[in-house]
Amino acid sequence: MADRDGHPNGSVRAEHPLVADRLVGLDRQVASTKPSVAAGWDLPADPDKGPSVVPQLADVDVPPELQDEIEYRMSLYPDPRSAVMPALKTAQRHHGYLPPLAILQVAAVMKVTPAYLSSIASFYDMFNEEPLGRHYIYVCTSVSCHLVNAKRVYDAIVEAAEKLGLEDTDVRAFECLGACDMQPMASVDGRYVGPLDPSDAPELVLALREGRVPLPGRGLDDPDHMPAGAGDPPPQEEAP
Amino acid sequence: MTETNLRLLKDIDEPGLHTIDVYERRGGYSALRRAVTELEPDEVLEQISEAELLGRGGAAFAMGMKAGFVPKGDTDNYMLVNADESEPGAFKDRVLMQKTPHLLIEGCLIAARAIDAVQAIIYIRGEYEHQADILERAVAEAYERGYVGKDILGTGWDLEFVVHRGAGAYIAGEEMALLDSLEGKRAHPRMKPPYPANVGGGVYQGPTLVNNVETLCNVPYIINFGVEEYRKLGTEQSTGTKVVSVSGNVRRPGNYEVPMGVTCREIIYGLAGGPPEGREVKCFLPGGSSSPALTGDEGLDLRFDFETLEAAGSMLGSGSVIVVDDSQPLVPFALRLAEFYRHESCGKCVPCREGTNWTVKMLERIDSGEATPMDFELLAQVQTNIIGNCLCLLGDSMAMAVGSMLEKFRDEFERHAEEARARNEAALVEQSAPELAAAPSIGPM
Ligand SMILES: Cc1cc2nc3c(=O)[nH]c(=O)nc-3n(C[C@H](O)[C@H](O)[C@H](O)COP(=O)(O)O)c2cc1C
Repeated sequence: MADRDGHPNGSVRAEHPLVADRLVGLDRQVASTKPSVAAGWDLPADPDKGPSVVPQLADVDVPPELQDEIEYRMSLYPDPRSAVMPALKTAQRHHGYLPPLAILQVAAVMKVTPAYLSSIASFYDMFNEEPLGRHYIYVCTSVSCHLVNAKRVYDAIVEAAEKLGLEDTDVRAFECLGACDMQPMASVDGRYVGPLDPSDAPELVLALREGRVPLPGRGLDDPDHMPAGAGDPPPQEEAP
Repeated sequence: MTETNLRLLKDIDEPGLHTIDVYERRGGYSALRRAVTELEPDEVLEQISEAELLGRGGAAFAMGMKAGFVPKGDTDNYMLVNADESEPGAFKDRVLMQKTPHLLIEGCLIAARAIDAVQAIIYIRGEYEHQADILERAVAEAYERGYVGKDILGTGWDLEFVVHRGAGAYIAGEEMALLDSLEGKRAHPRMKPPYPANVGGGVYQGPTLVNNVETLCNVPYIINFGVEEYRKLGTEQSTGTKVVSVSGNVRRPGNYEVPMGVTCREIIYGLAGGPPEGREVKCFLPGGSSSPALTGDEGLDLRFDFETLEAAGSMLGSGSVIVVDDSQPLVPFALRLAEFYRHESCGKCVPCREGTNWTVKMLERIDSGEATPMDFELLAQVQTNIIGNCLCLLGDSMAMAVGSMLEKFRDEFERHAEEARARNEAALVEQSAPELAAAPSIGPM
């Protein structure tokens, strides 16, 4: 999928004089994030311009472990800005969600504007700007699971969560989680369980409430779970 | 399938395959050793090209050709693995990463060698937390053994390796959006050219080779056993094997590795057990939720390879077969599918942003009996107007799937709307004038 004629010759190494020029005044930003065409049109924020300001680390109270983790993430990439998502995830784990303070803390460490981070946090599904809970149950109701009555599983889990007073948990109907071999399924804090039946809902919710592993033996990588490519038939029901 | 047809999934049930010890005991990393110490990067590239390995991520572009576009010499090149697998019905990459992460790492290293990369990155979807943990451990092991890092296998070649986790956006799997997402931006597709392999087009503006997980998992086999052996399975144009994810109304949903060119019937009935007792295949999507539907009659005896499915008006895509049996009403199915694309549209291009939204609204009207006869035409028209008019293929994907279902099952769509309308009417009469409930219809509300 590439242009056979290629691009005008040129090096993009940071040492290149043209590139080095552009680096002047751009704090923390390597040349490579700067597009060569239509300069800056897709740069979300230029810290040197506009009313939006980059908070100073000295003015924001950032817990040291949070700062360390974010700085470690930034060190892993050729361009530290690649760490935006990992950094937001770290902050979300720390706070349980992403309140303005969390955004401010990440912004101060990463030297970007809070507005920029908000634009990222609101784009990706796994970031919560509202306190939805430290735990999550994502019930897949997408195309393949839809065909095996996932909606009923989801409804049952929502009902059980309400009835049993499950707190601090984000219960959501989610798009395909990539585990149609255990359809219908759900991800409980990243652990995939399935195939699920509506009757599994109370036990799943109870386990989560009591801090137990829900539905042992039915998780994706549980030792006695089905091997790849040889799943047991899921419970199939007639469509209405 | 017979044992001998398995390549990627050969050792998949071997306990501990995700650890480097077991993987090495099974012959792992011998291909890397060969590629790095015995072959020149150009020779590696040549073998991949001659094997005519086609991309397994959806677009079926020849990997060797794509890698050949990456300039070598004075640029910092990047090897980017697309592990964002989020298309409904696709779960092959998950199994590969979870069960045999070192196979991916080895394939990725060989490809990185072929393009003389300085950095390899696996972009894995955020929901695959467990798989990302496994990959991270595997990468650390590879560092320890000297397969990654400084002076790899004593050759003076340096390569850093990082696993990057996404945060829940299907669009980030589109290769141009993948670049933006990795750079810490919203996942919006970019205009091409420049393509990722060009100077200035890839991540951090360096030439970047983007490949799917499964594509790269094929590479060690090619290096180990040679082009001729590789091409023994598959068809002339679609070489090698394919890991097929089968889901929906089948008795044994799962991943199956088959030589390219077996029939769809063999996959759906032979391997996945077919639909439940007494049911028939109404239609199936052979290439994930993004591919045009084939009816059971027209599709089951087709060969499962890139060229045959394309000639039949559909596509192999990512190779995820979603089977719909004859008990399933298609309107709610199409609606669910369209809702996915509406949710995942990044909103950059108008035809996709508006088109997916209106498609959902019209399907809702059809489903709930509020559709007018004009809606069917409009629905078809919206699909045509999305195709080819956006920066990426997200909208097209929905349009092709929904458009094909509407075209092939127009009767059913109309009947569905009519029946829903009749039900609404009956309910209205029941509610407003129970004494008339038994009387004939009073016309539309
Ligand atoms: C909306 C959209 C989503 C995509 N998602 C993925 C994905 O999750 N994984 C993937 O490998 N390719 C995905 N692709 C295809 C990539 O754009 C690209 O073609 C592929 O990664 C190239 O790798 P390959 O040549 O090895 O197939 C997607 C394409 C589109 C249009």
